[in-house]
Amino acid sequence: MTRLAALLICSALAAPAAAQQLRATGDLGVIVERATGSVLIVDQSEHAAIGRVAGLGDLSHASLVFSPDERFAYVFGRDGGLSKVDILTQEIVKRVVQAGNSIGGAISDDGKLIAVANYEPGGVKIFEAETLDEVADIPAAGKALGLEDAPGRRFVFSVWDTNETKIVDMSGAEAKVTTLPDIGANPYDALITDDGRTYIAGLFGEDGLTAIDLWAETPEPRRILPGYGRGEEEMPVYKMPHLEGWAKAGDQIVLPAVHHHEVLWVDARTLEETGRTATHGQPVFAMARPGGRQVWVNFAHPRNDTIQVIDTMTHEIVGEMTPGPAVLHMEFTSRGTEAWVSVRDANKVVIFDTTTLEPVAEIAAESPSGIFFTARAHRMGL
Amino acid sequence: MPRALAYAAACLFAASAVAAEIAPAAAARLEHLVTQDCGSCHGLSRKGGLGSPLTAEALDGADRETIATIILDGVPGTAMPPWRPLMSEAEAYWIADYLLKDTLK
Repeated sequence: MTRLAALLICSALAAPAAAQQLRATGDLGVIVERATGSVLIVDQSEHAAIGRVAGLGDLSHASLVFSPDERFAYVFGRDGGLSKVDILTQEIVKRVVQAGNSIGGAISDDGKLIAVANYEPGGVKIFEAETLDEVADIPAAGKALGLEDAPGRRFVFSVWDTNETKIVDMSGAEAKVTTLPDIGANPYDALITDDGRTYIAGLFGEDGLTAIDLWAETPEPRRILPGYGRGEEEMPVYKMPHLEGWAKAGDQIVLPAVHHHEVLWVDARTLEETGRTATHGQPVFAMARPGGRQVWVNFAHPRNDTIQVIDTMTHEIVGEMTPGPAVLHMEFTSRGTEAWVSVRDANKVVIFDTTTLEPVAEIAAESPSGIFFTARAHRMGL
Repeated sequence: MPRALAYAAACLFAASAVAAEIAPAAAARLEHLVTQDCGSCHGLSRKGGLGSPLTAEALDGADRETIATIILDGVPGTAMPPWRPLMSEAEAYWIADYLLKDTLK
């Protein structure tokens, strides 16, 4: 036997040992550490951090999306950085600084394209997910935000300064852009429902929101909940509410109001208001537990040490917790048994049992903000 | 001088006079507020976001009264809220001075 053959046999024997180190990604997650430009890789089952990846730039207002195989996280930094992180090897595979100032991004339904919404210069840039090579530049005359993926290799975003929504169709050889003007004053964020049908933009400059039916032959903006805060005093907003694709709660959509301390309930089909719930403060996230039985809400500065849990059938508050100073984000495990909550100023993530509403574990993290579990890879609009 | 203007000037003078009266613990809290909570809109590195950039370079020698007044009363018609319900005038002046000093690490 040659030495080479012997070596090959040794390698083959060594393989099972390597196989023991295989790790699946289905219960992993990524937590943004906003002040240090790093992310923690966490294991949901172990309630533990399994690694940290640094060098991601300014992660104030950072978000990320996952590749369809749940191996790569695309991290969108405030400073225009777009980083592709391998969550298994815990390395940055590729990083580009594609703009001066960015707010978030999305991945196309086929997993092939990454789009980033930029404030400076305003607009959306689209990249190959594999290489991060730029494939399209969709300029806008203002700050682009509320960028969502839509079925049919489309992206939808809105523009703060110009009050318009743009639908970008990437199904052909070239980007095809449809602009919907006059959707309402100062759209600040948007969501797309989990069926990929309805794009809803929140409006900072006026009461009400705008809904766009993406299944329509010619999508048009439609004002919903006009004047929801009428007659009430407008409250200062110390942190912008966020709209996310976790808004569907059974046959309702739940939305944070802006300038008012309440969440709004909307019939998912008719888009008519079905109720309001007065809350502890200006809501930032109103997120439906998977299945939609309850909604968890966190709040803007200075009332941001609290979470409220609302029953979606009665619209009543059924739980209130104070996990610590500056609760920035919440993420449910894929079937809703746990909620992970980032508590920025306590430098920890607190894990709650969603049935008992009791904390069951904590993970140390540096100024944690967004928490993202890999199951997002398989949902629209996240 | 119209009475309102005189009143405003008097307020500004009074505020300036007490601007330095910030204890170290309060200063640390304000520094944290600037980085983290102002940072939500203006960026952790103050290079801007939905809010305008707040680096010393971007402020380019704007006077501290103007900055403190914007902090306290907000900018109507924009997303900048009034912080007066949450902080004293002395604290707003401290933040104005802090921003003008280019304290970014």
